[in-house]
Amino acid sequence: MSEDFAVATASAPRPGALSAAPLVALRGVRKAFFSGTVALEGLDLDVRDGEFLTLLGPSGCGKSTVLRLIAGLTAKSAGTIQWRGQPSLGFVFQEPTLAPWSDVQTNVWLPLRLKGVSKAAAGERIEEALARVGLTGFEKAYPRELSGGMKMRVSIARALVMRPALLLMDEPFAALDEITRSRLNDDLLSLRSTLGATIVFVTHSVYESVYLSTRITVMAPRPGRVVADIHVDAERPRNEEFRLSAYYADRCRETSAALQHAMGEA
Amino acid sequence: MNRATFEDYLFPTALFLIAVGGWEALVRINHIPSFVLPAPSQVLVTLYDDWGTLSRSLMVTLSITFEALFAAIVGGVALALGFRLWRPLERAFFPFAVVMQVTPVISIAPLLLVYLSSSAAVLVCAFLVAFFPILSNTALGLASADHNLIDLFELYGASSWQQLMMLRLPSALPYFLGGLRIGGGLALIGAIVAEIAAGSAGSGSGLAFRIVESGFRLNIPRMFAALLLISLTGILIFLFFTGLSYLLLHRWHDSARGRER
Repeated sequence: MSEDFAVATASAPRPGALSAAPLVALRGVRKAFFSGTVALEGLDLDVRDGEFLTLLGPSGCGKSTVLRLIAGLTAKSAGTIQWRGQPSLGFVFQEPTLAPWSDVQTNVWLPLRLKGVSKAAAGERIEEALARVGLTGFEKAYPRELSGGMKMRVSIARALVMRPALLLMDEPFAALDEITRSRLNDDLLSLRSTLGATIVFVTHSVYESVYLSTRITVMAPRPGRVVADIHVDAERPRNEEFRLSAYYADRCRETSAALQHAMGEA
Repeated sequence: MNRATFEDYLFPTALFLIAVGGWEALVRINHIPSFVLPAPSQVLVTLYDDWGTLSRSLMVTLSITFEALFAAIVGGVALALGFRLWRPLERAFFPFAVVMQVTPVISIAPLLLVYLSSSAAVLVCAFLVAFFPILSNTALGLASADHNLIDLFELYGASSWQQLMMLRLPSALPYFLGGLRIGGGLALIGAIVAEIAAGSAGSGSGLAFRIVESGFRLNIPRMFAALLLISLTGILIFLFFTGLSYLLLHRWHDSARGRER
């Protein structure tokens, strides 16, 4: 973990308590690459406990960069990124990014292994993580032997094995077919309700973002910045009925319009 | 009969038998003297009769090949790791490696024979040709770890040592094994070439020396017998490393798996 993070308060909030301070707060964040390209400019973003926040925007608007900044995988050029408490996160990439030479359980073990936890000691948590993504029984399989959707499940299990407070997902389902994608969407939602994890999710898809999120942050490119913040009623259960509701259609229209506007502005 | 068995086994075997049988027939029908072209049967008889001498030479050639290969593996992998740990090393050392690789070993051999004893010169020649493919393949392999996995390791605070052991080395394994397959064959070639260059001046008694010696004595059947042993050695080295690659990679790497049909 990089030392970029300023730790505001070390104590975690009481469960269920609505904390005033966001889990992660980005203020005036700027990111310029060596090439001179400005990926992000004056970005303010709060990630609040328990929310499903989606970053939506056209290519090149810096969505992925925001995730990488929060994860500490890249350094900001200016601004502050403040965590409440110690950073605790899992990262899911667009590709499953599994070690092809290791079987499923060894792949899921990785984060714990890097912290020096033996496989035997990690066994229960590996089992639990695999059970959560519906892959019990596939411990000994190699990535080659799995379908694209299953590989992505392994990748999610690996991110969950550390029980992170924040799950960062960078277009995780973009490379999957529509049927697999919609199944994984539903499974992700039920995972979220059991774990109560906070998720920041990046996607290109308006429909996916409205279906999954409690909040959608629309970004515009060149330089990347936030242009709209759309709330989706967190209380509504997400199912087929939700997908057919007028509420869903309205949110999609609203989001779509914001996205059009973001692209026109560029 | 199954068409696949025919195509996969029977046809190649039949072609081989026809070729060898044709050679045998050619020699017998035309009464070609054995100092011009020995029949395959006579080569086998010579191999059996001279096994004492030839097997000693085979052991010499094998030990040179494997010593050189072992040195090339240790040196190649160590230098590739060095390149990885400190980039300037690559810039400084790679030109030397390239020069060593592009200069034909046959042209270096006489020079080495001036400075070194003939057995040491042979060993160095075999090492020189086996070293480069192992070095360059391993260096490429170490550099080609999945970038997202590198990010992931960084995210979980992995040490450089953990990154090397759990990520870089496994990623490099298929490349390294590819280099080994090329290097294994080349070590044998290097050893043979250097011994031929040493010729009668050499005190060596490897298979190539037997070929040169038999040539001087017009013992053509023995030349063929030595040649046969060299070919078989090359084939065995290739099969050994191919088998090793399969063993290590077949569970996970595309190169070692059949396409699903």
